[in-house]
Amino acid sequence: MAVGVKVVNRPGSFSQQVFLPAIAEGLGVTFRHFMKNFFLNVSGNRKKSDIATIEYPEEKKKYPERFRGLHRLMLREDGQVRCVACMMCPTVCPAHCITIVAEEAPDGSIEKRPKIFEIDELRCVVCGLCAEACPCDAIRMDSGEHAHPTYRRVDGILDKEELMSRGTSSTAVQGGVGGFWREKVAQAPQTPPSGDVAPLGAPSGPTPIADLNRK
Amino acid sequence: MSYGSIGFEAISAIVKILFMVLGFLMPLASILTWMERRQSAMMQDRLGPNRANIGPIKAWGITHFLADAVKFIFKEDYVPGKAHKFLFMWAPIMAMAPALIVAAIIPFGPSLCWSDLWHSSGNQVCEQPIGLQIARLDVGLLFYFAISSLAVYGATLAGWASHNKWAMMGGLRASSQMMSYEVTMGLAVLGAFLVFGSLEPGHIVSQQPNFLRFGGEFSSSWGIFMQPLGFVLFLTAAIAETKRTPFDIPEGEPEIIGYFVEYSGMRFGLFFLGEFLEIVTSSAIMISLFFGGWHWDSVTDGFLASHLPNILFVPVMFFGWTVKIVLFCMFQLLIRWSLPRFRSDQLMRLGWQRLLPISIANVVATALIILVAQSWGR
Repeated sequence: MAVGVKVVNRPGSFSQQVFLPAIAEGLGVTFRHFMKNFFLNVSGNRKKSDIATIEYPEEKKKYPERFRGLHRLMLREDGQVRCVACMMCPTVCPAHCITIVAEEAPDGSIEKRPKIFEIDELRCVVCGLCAEACPCDAIRMDSGEHAHPTYRRVDGILDKEELMSRGTSSTAVQGGVGGFWREKVAQAPQTPPSGDVAPLGAPSGPTPIADLNRK
Repeated sequence: MSYGSIGFEAISAIVKILFMVLGFLMPLASILTWMERRQSAMMQDRLGPNRANIGPIKAWGITHFLADAVKFIFKEDYVPGKAHKFLFMWAPIMAMAPALIVAAIIPFGPSLCWSDLWHSSGNQVCEQPIGLQIARLDVGLLFYFAISSLAVYGATLAGWASHNKWAMMGGLRASSQMMSYEVTMGLAVLGAFLVFGSLEPGHIVSQQPNFLRFGGEFSSSWGIFMQPLGFVLFLTAAIAETKRTPFDIPEGEPEIIGYFVEYSGMRFGLFFLGEFLEIVTSSAIMISLFFGGWHWDSVTDGFLASHLPNILFVPVMFFGWTVKIVLFCMFQLLIRWSLPRFRSDQLMRLGWQRLLPISIANVVATALIILVAQSWGR
């Protein structure tokens, strides 16, 4: 069976056949956009113009709240790493990019701590399972940063210090020396800890669940 | 031409050529390469190239054309193995040179009164004028056609010499398109020729000193009011000649790749620059024919002429002419970035079946109107 041919008769009014009215209309649209963007840019009202460009190094797009970025290791009150080297995250990691070597903690109340904690960001598939698996709220992916470009592959591996440099203290309960900040707050309610942490039991607002030290 | 000596003529001509090529055409064409990207970006709600800078001097990225030139010069100059080396080398120059040569007949300002620079020219006759036009040729526009039709050799030879089937096809498309639209262009100019009775651009410009007058002075208005259809035809044909959208099937950069596929580095840069030079010169010709050349209106021009010394009056008028040129170039860029491309058969049909009959009708109608007007006046 031959393929049928469908003849489409285009509406052939005179103004459409000479093209000029349609061309003038189209030029009008582009000209309006050009003039608006041009003059608002020159006069410094970039925000009012239609321009959608984000000039990257100077302006950065705001990522959504749950964007999974570079890992970070959270800290205890005394600045020690929260991680107890339980090996949950390297176990669950599908890319095998987390290396932990455990050692005994000098503080007797904590059993273990990581001697080496390395994440190969070049291998990481950014699935977020490590942060899900962590029982101590020690590893997080909420830094909002990309994996940085590096000249050498070895620079893509982040060590414990690097990961801790992005860390802050968590509100989650954890044992060990250094105490728990809620107890400290209860002991000295007159001097609340710095930042926007509300004292426990304060009547206003619900109990803070998220990390309040993050801006 | 009773004034001056051969030496004076020669020196002033050389100065005019150097000024026109190095001081006007090349810088403007170079800046247009940046302007096109910037303007098209703004039309599409983007920002466009605004990064290039020389130290702290950024100036909206206007130095991008210098960066481009540096990049072009340092890129590998690749010549395909089976290419015809000699023609491959010459094709970009043959594509660019006509656009520069054509500029010789463009009048770009009123006469500079060499013997009396410091006084206003007013109405007195100048003893030693230097016409701001490199060559005052009586064949004028015929020279324009003769030279600009040579540009087709650049495109076609580039396609042939590359030893590449797609480049060859692009070159053939270029030659068929440019030859088809030259017919319309010639007939569009014929209408203007009937109105002005001259082919010499300087003489044509001197006949349209007023923006728009009615009644008996109507014939001193800008050419567009006397030849509106001729202008549309000429503009269409001129865009086709410069091989830009909606007539860019010879090039078709995004998909059907054209005659300069095999070119890289500065050789490609020459094609690119030649295209923009053609925009500038075709704009200049259109302004000479239809927009009064360097005239704005006899009221303002006369006021400036009688109040400014000649040495200031001439640059002011030249600046006014430059404004017209830049606006016209921007209009051509606007067209390029607004319209979609014609298919090859649509292009030929438009050229031969639509524009050609219309341009012939325009010539006939113009001739009839002039005949009636003349017999009425007598």
